[in-house]
Amino acid sequence: MLSELSVAAAEGVELLERPEEPAVESKVGGGLSGRELTKVQELVYELKIGEVMTREVVTIGPEQTIAELDELLRVNGIAGVPVLADGNLVGIVSVQDLIRALKAGALQEPVARWMTANVITLRQDESVIEAVRAFARYRVGRLPVVDDEGRVVGIVTGGDITRGLLRALELGYHAEEVSRYRASHIFEDIESDETSLRLRYFIAPRDFARGGEASRKIKRALQRLGGHPSLVRRVVIVAYEAEMNIVIHSDRGGELLVEVNPERVHVVATDDGPGIEDVQLAMTPGFSTAPDWIKEMGFGAGMGLPNIQRWADEFKIESKPGWGTRLDIVVKAGRQRALGRGPAERNVR
Amino acid sequence: MTVQQIVDALGLKVLSGDGLLERAVSGGYASDLLSYVMAKAQPGEVWVTLQAHPNVVAVASLTDVACVIITEGIQPDEVTLAKARQEGVILLGTNEDTFRTVARLAALGLEG
Repeated sequence: MLSELSVAAAEGVELLERPEEPAVESKVGGGLSGRELTKVQELVYELKIGEVMTREVVTIGPEQTIAELDELLRVNGIAGVPVLADGNLVGIVSVQDLIRALKAGALQEPVARWMTANVITLRQDESVIEAVRAFARYRVGRLPVVDDEGRVVGIVTGGDITRGLLRALELGYHAEEVSRYRASHIFEDIESDETSLRLRYFIAPRDFARGGEASRKIKRALQRLGGHPSLVRRVVIVAYEAEMNIVIHSDRGGELLVEVNPERVHVVATDDGPGIEDVQLAMTPGFSTAPDWIKEMGFGAGMGLPNIQRWADEFKIESKPGWGTRLDIVVKAGRQRALGRGPAERNVR
Repeated sequence: MTVQQIVDALGLKVLSGDGLLERAVSGGYASDLLSYVMAKAQPGEVWVTLQAHPNVVAVASLTDVACVIITEGIQPDEVTLAKARQEGVILLGTNEDTFRTVARLAALGLEG
């Protein structure tokens, strides 16, 4: 799947850089970050050919002359047209065919003699990636789109696809803006005497590769809720330390429960063991029970709990050997910096 | 100063994030202990470390540092690189040690 995706991406990029559309190409090729590229990859699968194709198709008849073809391409500013006989697709003729014909001095010959008769066609409900693949495979720049009866309903070029992708990216961007705006006003929009949002994250033991993922999701949630950067930073530090404590020390994993209301973020981290022998000692900066192999990874510096203590407004720890550990951490938003009430929204980044 | 300028000046190998190198760098922090990095590294700083496992990417993303320079020629595994690409984290590599790397960053005018 992954290799197929990267093939698609490579083809997609090649398509976007088709010299036919220099203006659009530089716009796309220049500023795409890794994340947007992934979005483009998704879109080439999601978007349907019918959504990007040109519906007003310029066509030519097989008996019309090369001179007429020359005129048609020039007037419409296009590089190829399908050839229709009584409404049926019988060929496609491009500017390359025109050049060959002109070199041969065939100005008055019928188009039928110079066109490609074996036409590859696409269908409206196929995804854009099929067009991208067909362009690459058959080394062509445009393909007609036909319906069930084989009638031409549109034509698609690399430029059509580029424009379709850009439009979809822009729409996606607006959707993100809207949902971000909505999230950042959630506590205003919903009436109650006290509204809070509860987010629960399950943490697997010893899964270092995924360690920090819950904290990343918490960070994103708080940013969407319009959290001030300093609040987000403090919550992320305490959430990360709590999360990694569960990853490093717990036998069976645990969970982070995050309750957000406009005034504060309450993080409760629980696990089912092994529990801490001496909580006082565990709170001492530099004290760690982590084994060496974990310390070698840069964990277990003995700064986890002290870090939480330092960045939290309220911090309570309960632990019982053989039972488990529960951390209660509160980080306050502070005046003028309430969450989910809009004004801090401009700080979202 | 941008990440790209640092890459050029120190001859660093770009391990991930090729397209993102125009990001501005505001300063630096060096440590191999992740709790210290979480608490002290600031957004936009370069983080110098010899750690090269997947959690480095998590910490870099959470702290929003501009880039990570992995010293001593240590090569991150494929899981780490894939995670870095996915999260848009710039990982850079050098064969030099952390002290030498920080000294050269300081000579460029970066402050801690």
